Amino acid sequence: MSGHDSKYFSTTKKGEIPELKEELNSQYKDKRKDAVKKVIAAMTVGKDVSSLFTDVVNCMQTENLELKKLVYLYLINYAKSQPDLAILAVNTFVKDSQDPNPLIRALAVRTMGCIRVDKITEYLCDPLQRCLKDDDPYVRKTAAICVAKLYDINAELVEDRGFLEALKDLISDNNPMVVANAVAALAEIQDSSARPIFEITSHTLSKLLTALNECTEWGQVFILDSLSKYKAADVREAENIVERVTPRLQHANCAVVLSAVKIILLQMELITSTDVVRNLCKKMAPPLVTLLSAEPEIQYVALRNINLIVQKRPTILAHEIKVFFCKYNDPIYVKMEKLEIMIKLASDRNIDQVLLEFKEYATEVDVDFVRKAVRAIGRCAIKLERAAERCISVLLELIKIKVNYVVQEAIIVIKDIFRRYPNTYESIIATLCESLDTLDEPEAKASMIWIIGEYAERIDNADELLESFLETFPEEPALVQLQLLTATVKLFLKKPTEGPQQMIQAVLNNATVETDNPDLRDRAYIYWRLLSTDPEAAKDVVLAEKPVISDDSNQLDSSLLDDLLANISTLSSVYHKPPEAFVSRVKTAPRADDEEFADAAETGYSESPSQGVDGASPSSSAGTSSHVPVMQPPATPAPMPDLLGDLMGMDNSIISAQLVRRDGQIFYDISFDNGTQAVLDGFMIQFNKNTFGVAAGGPLQVPPMQPGASARSLLPMVAFQNISPGAPNSLLQVAVKNNQQPVWYFNDKIPMHVFFGEDGKMERTSFLEAWKSLPDDNEFSKEFAASVISSIDATIEHLAASNVFFIAKRKNANKDVLYMSAKIPRGIPFLIELTAAVGVPGVKCAVKTPNKEMVALFFEAMESLLK
Amino acid sequence: MAGAVSALFLLDIKGRVLVWRDYRGDVSALQAERFFTKLLDKEGDSESHSPVVYDDAGVTYMFIQHNNVFLLTASRQNCNAASILLFLHRVVDVFKHYFEELEEESLRDNFVVVYELLDEMMDFGYPQYTEAKILSEFIKTDAYRMEVSQRPPMAVTNAVSWRSEGIRYKKNEVFLDVVESVNILVNSNGQIVRSDVVGALKMRTYLSGMPECKLGLNDRVLLEAQGRATKGKAIDLDDIKFHQCVRLARFENDRTISFIPPDGSFDLMTYRLSTQVSLLLVIYSYWMLKIPEMHYLVPLFSCLSLFDVLKVKPLIWVEAQIEKHSRSRIELMVKARSQFKERSTATNVEIEVPVPSDSTNPNIRTSMGSAAYAPERDAMVWKVKSFPGGKEYMCRAEFSLPSITAEEAAPEKKAPIRVKFEIPYFTVSGIQVRYLKIIEKSGYQALPWVRYITMAGEYELRLT
Repeated sequence: MSGHDSKYFSTTKKGEIPELKEELNSQYKDKRKDAVKKVIAAMTVGKDVSSLFTDVVNCMQTENLELKKLVYLYLINYAKSQPDLAILAVNTFVKDSQDPNPLIRALAVRTMGCIRVDKITEYLCDPLQRCLKDDDPYVRKTAAICVAKLYDINAELVEDRGFLEALKDLISDNNPMVVANAVAALAEIQDSSARPIFEITSHTLSKLLTALNECTEWGQVFILDSLSKYKAADVREAENIVERVTPRLQHANCAVVLSAVKIILLQMELITSTDVVRNLCKKMAPPLVTLLSAEPEIQYVALRNINLIVQKRPTILAHEIKVFFCKYNDPIYVKMEKLEIMIKLASDRNIDQVLLEFKEYATEVDVDFVRKAVRAIGRCAIKLERAAERCISVLLELIKIKVNYVVQEAIIVIKDIFRRYPNTYESIIATLCESLDTLDEPEAKASMIWIIGEYAERIDNADELLESFLETFPEEPALVQLQLLTATVKLFLKKPTEGPQQMIQAVLNNATVETDNPDLRDRAYIYWRLLSTDPEAAKDVVLAEKPVISDDSNQLDSSLLDDLLANISTLSSVYHKPPEAFVSRVKTAPRADDEEFADAAETGYSESPSQGVDGASPSSSAGTSSHVPVMQPPATPAPMPDLLGDLMGMDNSIISAQLVRRDGQIFYDISFDNGTQAVLDGFMIQFNKNTFGVAAGGPLQVPPMQPGASARSLLPMVAFQNISPGAPNSLLQVAVKNNQQPVWYFNDKIPMHVFFGEDGKMERTSFLEAWKSLPDDNEFSKEFAASVISSIDATIEHLAASNVFFIAKRKNANKDVLYMSAKIPRGIPFLIELTAAVGVPGVKCAVKTPNKEMVALFFEAMESLLK
Repeated sequence: MAGAVSALFLLDIKGRVLVWRDYRGDVSALQAERFFTKLLDKEGDSESHSPVVYDDAGVTYMFIQHNNVFLLTASRQNCNAASILLFLHRVVDVFKHYFEELEEESLRDNFVVVYELLDEMMDFGYPQYTEAKILSEFIKTDAYRMEVSQRPPMAVTNAVSWRSEGIRYKKNEVFLDVVESVNILVNSNGQIVRSDVVGALKMRTYLSGMPECKLGLNDRVLLEAQGRATKGKAIDLDDIKFHQCVRLARFENDRTISFIPPDGSFDLMTYRLSTQVSLLLVIYSYWMLKIPEMHYLVPLFSCLSLFDVLKVKPLIWVEAQIEKHSRSRIELMVKARSQFKERSTATNVEIEVPVPSDSTNPNIRTSMGSAAYAPERDAMVWKVKSFPGGKEYMCRAEFSLPSITAEEAAPEKKAPIRVKFEIPYFTVSGIQVRYLKIIEKSGYQALPWVRYITMAGEYELRLT
């Protein structure tokens, strides 16, 4: 089935565009079709054929599907450059979206969504509405994706027209492919929105798990990837999810397998039964190994992911190291990753075999790979104490081969081994010294010099060796010069004889007078001063015992690792970087950047942003609200520099803000005082990740502010969305900007009591049960010395207003004991016992909660409530 | 984590755009082209660069190469890398189905269909549909194009997305090939570093309607669950992967392999056996072949000492002695031994022994088959058409070497000896198809045909 389309690429001598124009308007169908093909061919090779817009669009009304597709393709490419003419196509689109043939209906919505012209977008809404409810699943699945397209162009429109709801309805569609595409679209929309739009509930969960069994392989990937955001409510649910996902490990599609592994690993966090966990690990190993029989590109992705997985759960592949041995024909990028994993899996049990492999690799031809293999031997030596000696003997064998770069690499790693096991393997120094004159790379040279200096007392001819390096001192790179300097000082301190004395004079002279490298000069002066004032002190400093180094092959810290594991199979896991590091969060980022840049250029105050940041950063106040004086130059968009600008530059703008809870909803109560001489508008706000996952639930609505005016806004907030890992703290970092001024940054505190829910009231019995069921080490208490309870009833009422609910009270001696409960989302309860004597300062607060980490924040909140 | 690609490029060998499809309008073709050509220039060959690269402008490029064409995606999001790279391979498969071969020429010749396919296979940067056979029902090349407007086949959105309804055959037949590839890596000291077997059940179906198939294997887990005597007849498969037509949940539940097959050829399942297991099984099938009536002998071996007593035997063992006489000539003596039973025969055996790249004047003698110098592979290739079990053949060769060399000669590539062979009617694993039931509502009788073959996969023996 071979076509002959290449003929369309050929051109005639007569002006091409006029000729095409003529043909496009021909009365013969076939000629028109050929002409459109020629236009597309020209477009393909990058010629500008946008001037034919009207003529091509005229061909759009056709029964011929192929021709229609070509015209649509043309439209996608050129509509943006001819937005006014693009309107011409709308009628046909709308008509096509009602065609009896589902293929054409789908084609019409699909294409309309790709035309990123505002005017067209409005006309897209009605057809899209219809197509989302189409009888044919092929049309519905196309329409589902189209909602995401529209959201990308005009999010507001999508929300206003209720497309999000329609999309959510599609999750219950009876066709699995439609479900999968709806999930993909919703997940994308969620990614670009701060509000919760697509949250998987236990109800949707079961629908997704059912669709998983029936949709195409790509659809399965969408569903699995969206499930990775779902946090199971309890162990049972986690086990259930795992059970439903595990069969996917048998799928022939590697992406399905990797995404299934991701879900299982995530849910395993919740599962406590060691048997279940062990069993799951056993189940995951074979599919992971089989990924290494896939195409090399996929192997690469798999290996990058396995690298993460073995860091988290080393047991899974502990016995499979052999599958990571390199094959002769593996591409180099696969070999490099395999090597990395071999180091991670190397253990006392398999090290002999691993070393044999490394040795084999070290004699291959690819220089980078060989170097990495040599380095790998060194890293194993550092990691496995009992194998160190064997590693070193392999390194020595390699040095004897006398391949220049192998020798140099070996010396570099041997230096590390010496640092890891001081005073153990010095006997090999003699062998190392044999290769002295072949060293030409700075790092290798520096390593060798370090070794000589460090062990100067055991090397008889250390002075001669160093002297040979000294001849070329001025020409050496800084790295080597620094080492030479230090090594000479060490030698002198260890053997204060005449030879070294002269050497040190020469070196210090060289390193102070004849260099322009400040690091080197400073170090030389320090040594000089030390040596001339107190040689004993110099010994203490220069010959001090160095801390022992450790293996760095498990280098990712655990919170980053967890972050990456939640992103298995994605680019994030390939780069070993969190998505934020390489994805601009707002999808229209490139455009926005341009605008910002343009703004800055217009104002003519190019340095003002940094000033603003310095002036406003980071001041935090102890209370629950922050008052931030913001010093701003009057960055009015005046085309000419304002002569008064410098005088007026210290105007004060003030932002004060506070988190509050009203009617069960959390708001950021924020007010602005415009202390500048300009109208401020276009306010925007952004919150950094924080313990409670507090983020803006919508855009900040502040009207343009006249100079001297103030404004106040209640910004609805969402919580527990994008939680920052690490120990809980109440820090809330906020950035506010407007169109006139650079970004203001400030720190606020999150008062925990805003999260106390209306559902926090407990019955007496359940309170007692809960209190008893929690172990005693979950109980904490604290004195609020400054708090006074003047009336029990008033206190109860006051606390109830903040959703701390009264349960019971009793008298104990002269003190009153109050029992209360509160609850923050995610079902974390606080069982509270307040002890105080009425009217006497000092309230003792005891609390029991399953979540110990939150206790400190809880006390903070209670103390502020009792003030 | 949602993530879609922004555009898909088909580039020529120099990295110039042949055809591209912009899915999201947020990357530029010019930039992509510039970035990629620079990458190619810098690296020399594409092999050396990882298939996922990030440029500073926030765009990730992922690519694969096929013949003289690069398939490249550009993305600004955190997309699913495994899924996208696999998708690119599927795109290649689809193009191959359409144009027989995917290369620069065939893309130019069919750019209209290429655009149509790119539109159908991916939407807004999300992979949609890659079943070549079904796609070709509604996207046709010129020769087959009909004026009547086509409709999307039901299969595109059906739960059974790989098979169309209304297929008819006069004679209903199924061919099942059990193909096992033996991968082995032997160290220069003769020690087996790793060996595994990758098996595939390759099916060709010519069946009418919507047939329900059920496949029975001598799978130990299944047989034990059914309470049948296993008597060493059953096998353990390490990792099984199924074509998407197989109901995975059902397999997970009761180990039944049930499916509605696609039309034509496909890989129904693949499996893998790792070293220790295949060790047992080599021996096992070895016995089975010789004395099939003496099954009871097998349990005798099933004690722990098995590992010590019986060493793994690669099916074909090759030893090479290479003697380099200073810089004048090199002498090779290669011994090949078949270590399986006499009643089996390996066919198309090909043994590739590396020789220095500047060798000349080959002088080769063999005791069986023929050997020749293949300078383009820097190797001597020895071919034996038929190699019965339990035999040993020899090959001697002598090459001249130039007496002078460049002073700083690059180190010689240390290529291993590589072996290719096929052994029909034989599997290493001992896998057996117990039955293949085909039920269709019209009630026709279908004939299943089963064949077994073992072949060399990556069969490498390192040289000292």
